[in-house]
Amino acid sequence: MFGERREPATVADQLGQDMTGRVIIVGAGHAGGTAAALLRQYGWTGPITLLGDEPIAPYQRPPLSKAWLKGEADAESLALRPVSFYGEHDIALRLSTGVSQIHPATHEVELDTGERLGYDHLILAVGAAARRLAIPGADMKGVLELRTAADAELLKAAFGPGRRLAVIGGGYVGLEAAASARALGAEAVVIEREPRVLARVACETLSHFFQAYHRDRGVVFELNAGVEGFAHRNGAVSGVQLSDGRVLPCDAALVGVGAIAHESLARQAGCACDHGVVVDAQGRTSVAGLYAIGDCTRRPLWPYGVEGRLESVPNALEQAKQVAALLCGKPAPPPETPWFWSDQYDLKLQIAGLPHHAVCQIVRGDPVAAKFAVFHLDAENRVQAVEAINAPAEFMAGRQFIGSRKPVAPEKLRDMSISMKEVAA
Amino acid sequence: MAKIIFIEHSGATHEVDAKSGLTVMEAAVKNNVPGIDADCGGACACATCHVYVDEAWLEKTGARSAMEESMLDFAENVKPNSRLSCQIKIADALDGMTVRLPESQH
Repeated sequence: MFGERREPATVADQLGQDMTGRVIIVGAGHAGGTAAALLRQYGWTGPITLLGDEPIAPYQRPPLSKAWLKGEADAESLALRPVSFYGEHDIALRLSTGVSQIHPATHEVELDTGERLGYDHLILAVGAAARRLAIPGADMKGVLELRTAADAELLKAAFGPGRRLAVIGGGYVGLEAAASARALGAEAVVIEREPRVLARVACETLSHFFQAYHRDRGVVFELNAGVEGFAHRNGAVSGVQLSDGRVLPCDAALVGVGAIAHESLARQAGCACDHGVVVDAQGRTSVAGLYAIGDCTRRPLWPYGVEGRLESVPNALEQAKQVAALLCGKPAPPPETPWFWSDQYDLKLQIAGLPHHAVCQIVRGDPVAAKFAVFHLDAENRVQAVEAINAPAEFMAGRQFIGSRKPVAPEKLRDMSISMKEVAA
Repeated sequence: MAKIIFIEHSGATHEVDAKSGLTVMEAAVKNNVPGIDADCGGACACATCHVYVDEAWLEKTGARSAMEESMLDFAENVKPNSRLSCQIKIADALDGMTVRLPESQH
């Protein structure tokens, strides 16, 4: 990009065209699986080893809280690629394989079994762990989290007509699970510490919209509510105990209170970490030959000039693309505006950008009709972020506005009789 | 089953045997066809699986939904035969279909 600082060249840069080295990817999720495939697509001929600690080949996590919970997706549709893909492309996929440490001095990865594997380039795609509640009973049977297919299996078993699900944490995972629970006839209560759901990740207009939409579909909310512990019967959870003394009965409790980057491997290898493995725009860590991508990274957030951690599929794909291009000596792909999506009931939420420098909000459309968008503008009327509900044109245009940094006219943006195409003109 | 032929912008051709019920996007991604990014995994949320369907097959792929229409409105280099490949379900009737890929999805 014009005006962007060129990162200093590393050994990998100089070796750019040499595509014969040994690549090890630790973590076989969306980021790791995609990086392996893209390296082959871009012409890498050296050995590629993809290590995953789960027993299944790379799969898509977003459906776990949606289609998968509702029984609308099977293992095959969840898979990122068929299992045969890895053999056909000479990618050594080793599942149920944990890594205990990295030896950067000797360029080796040590597995849990003690086996050591040599590498020339090491990509960490180790993801994040669900944050646990530091309260008694948090490891009780029936107190669940949702990161993996195995987690989703346990949660699915708790669903069904007449069953009661308590969700702790009103974030995306929690709300999506509550929507899926209602779709299957289960009762759902969402317990949130803040005065509104999605408090950390969406604006107030959106929070209130989602609360109302969920309430209309039978979800109960307990806001400003602290959780003290769990009630149990026969060794399994039977209720969530709130700070005000009430116990909300449930058959399962899903804890969705954020995630913590897996950074211990990187930290121990000497990589700078700060609530995530610190990387540059192309995935380089502070240690030569070591790269990191996906949920585990703290990365530059274009075009905001700040760093942060993103937990999203587009982020995993973008970074996989960046690191594969870097290793294969291809020009760096242009940076992408962060974006996210969520499906709940018949709602499609699409968010582009982050409201880092926003000073005002413009609502376009009608929340009552469940078709609207909230634009976040900075002091120069440049769009910083857009949150769109069933409003794909607003999302797509907003994403372009964010990238172009061109000011928009707020009065046009507000006026539904002016199409997004015309606003963009 | 249906054979789908993907032609990259560069002219490189990929023939893929795809199971009915999958989408054209899934057939491309699962077979590592370059040029279909599919950032959202098929949620019709990103417009990065844009393809041009050969005219002879266009009608058989069905009509664009309102959602797809809006997404395509803001994609690059849209033509009358543009589709989002995550919205085309593979069926026997599409056996032999050719789709062409744009220069870039972003």
